[in-house]
Amino acid sequence: MRLSPAASQRAAVAVMWTMTAATIGVLAFVILYVLARGLPHVTWEFLSRAPESMGRRGGIFPMIVGTLAVSGMGVLISAPIGVATAIYLTEYTRKGMLTTIIRFGADCLAGIPSIIFGLFGFVFFAVGLGMGLSILSGGLTLALMVLPTIIRTSEEAIRAVPQSFREVSFGLGCTRWQTVLFVVLRSALPGIGTGIVLSLGRSISETAAVMLTAGSAMGLPQSLFDSSRTLALHFYILAREGLPMSKAYATAAVLIVAMLGLNLLAYGLMKRFHAKAR
Amino acid sequence: MTEQPAKPMMETRGLTVRFGNAVALKNISLEVRRNERLAIIGPARSGKTTFLRCLNRLNDFDHDYSRSGDILLDGTDIHGPEMDVVALRRRIGMVYAVPVPLPWSIRENITYAMRMAGIRNRRVHAEKVESSLKLAGLWDEVKDRLDSHAQDLSGGQQQRLCLARVLALEPEVLILDEPCSGLDPISTARIEDVLEELKARQSIVLVTNNTMQASRASDRTAFFLMGELVEVGETKQLFTAPREERTNDYLTGRFG
Repeated sequence: MRLSPAASQRAAVAVMWTMTAATIGVLAFVILYVLARGLPHVTWEFLSRAPESMGRRGGIFPMIVGTLAVSGMGVLISAPIGVATAIYLTEYTRKGMLTTIIRFGADCLAGIPSIIFGLFGFVFFAVGLGMGLSILSGGLTLALMVLPTIIRTSEEAIRAVPQSFREVSFGLGCTRWQTVLFVVLRSALPGIGTGIVLSLGRSISETAAVMLTAGSAMGLPQSLFDSSRTLALHFYILAREGLPMSKAYATAAVLIVAMLGLNLLAYGLMKRFHAKAR
Repeated sequence: MTEQPAKPMMETRGLTVRFGNAVALKNISLEVRRNERLAIIGPARSGKTTFLRCLNRLNDFDHDYSRSGDILLDGTDIHGPEMDVVALRRRIGMVYAVPVPLPWSIRENITYAMRMAGIRNRRVHAEKVESSLKLAGLWDEVKDRLDSHAQDLSGGQQQRLCLARVLALEPEVLILDEPCSGLDPISTARIEDVLEELKARQSIVLVTNNTMQASRASDRTAFFLMGELVEVGETKQLFTAPREERTNDYLTGRFG
C-alpha cells in the first residue's frame, strides 16, 4: 500500500503534532500537579519563618537564604572565570592543540554527574581545605559544575558577533582589548547573560552536589562558613523522611515558580540578543 | 612644481605579498601623492583589496600573510620599530565595501574611536560629530536623530556614516574598498561628490570594480591584474590612451 504525497504529508504533520503535544503535556502536567498541591500551602508565614521540628511546621526562610547564598556564590565565582575563558578561546588564540584540550575538558566536565562533583567538593573543599560543610564549599562546588555551561554559552555568544565589527574597530585604530571589551562583549552580553541565568537555575535546582558540600543545617546561616540547606535539598529530605507532604510540595512550588521566573528572564535576554544581531 | 613636496604621502616599494604559498601581490611600487584621488581598478582577485589592507596593516591579523618590500607613510616605514600600528590605523582611515555600522546610535558610531583614543571631552565629541557628518554629506539627513539606531539608516546613508566615522579621526589618507558596490546610482554620486571635496584635505585611494567610477572620480588610475601593477597614469590618459595592451583589453571589456 502506498500513501499519496498529500496523505503522507498529513500523517507526518499529525505525528509531529502529537509528539509536540505530548512534550508540552508532560511539562504542563508536572508543573500544574506540583503547583496545585503546593501553592495552597505557600503563605507569607511559610516564606518568612524558620522551620520547626525538622520541617513539620513553620516555613522555609533559612532555605531560601541558603539557596540564594550557595547558588549565587557558585555563579559569582564561575561567571568571571567562564567568560574570561571564553574570551581567551575565541579572541586570543587560534584553533590548536591547547584550545582543543580546553574545549574537550569543558565538555567532559559538563557530562560528569553532579553527585561526583559533590563527592569531589566534599573531599577537596570540605575536608581537604578544611572548609567544612559550608556555603563556601557548596558554592565552589557548584561553580565547578556550571563552569562548562558558562564557557560554552559565552563562546557561542561571542562567536555570533560578526567578524566585520572587529575589523571596523581595528580599522578605526582601536586595540584588541578595546575591541573585545567595547564591541564584542557589548554585543554578546545578552547571550552571555542567558548562559549565566540558566546556570543559576541549574545551581538552584541542584541537590546531590550541595548535600555533600553545603550540608543540611536548618538554621539561618550567619556566615559563608556555616552549613546551609537549600530548597531542593529541603524538599528531598522532607519527602524522603516522611515528613508532611504539604510542606514538601509547598517547597517544590516555590522552587518551580523561581525556575519559571529565571527561564523567562533567560528567554527575554535571548530574544533581545537575537533582535540585536539582526 | 615647487609646491609639490618631494615626498609622496604614501608609497610602496617592491611590495610582494603572499598568503601561504599563493602570491597575492607581485613587486608593487606605487605612490599616493598628496591631495590626489588615486583609483585602483582591475578584475576580481587582482590584489586591489589586499593592497589597500596592506596600507593600514589590516592584513596583520591574517596568519597566512607574509610580506616583503616596504611601505612608507610620509617617508616613515610603517613596519618600522617606532611605528605604532594603532596610531597608524587612525592616520589611514578605511571604508569597507559593505557598510558596517556598529549596532549603536549614529552618535556613538562616530565618537567610539575618539573615546578609545582617549578623547573624553563631550564638547569635542559634539563638534566632531557635526563636522564629520557634514563632510560626509549626511548631517542634514540625521541631525535631528543622532541618537537613533545606525542600522535604521538606508544603505547609502550607512556608508556615508562609515565615512564620517573615519573622517572624525582626521586621517591623512583615506582608503576606500569598493565603497559604492552595494549602492544605487544616486547614493554613489553623493559619495563621489564627497570624495571630490575631501581631496583638499586628504589623499584618497579608491578601489573600485566600476571603471566608469574610476574615470569620473579620480585624478590618477592604477590598473592591477593578477597581483601585478600593469599601468598607472593620469586617469584621462589611461582611459583614452593606455600604454599597455592588457589595460586596453580590460577597459574595452575583452576580459575581466
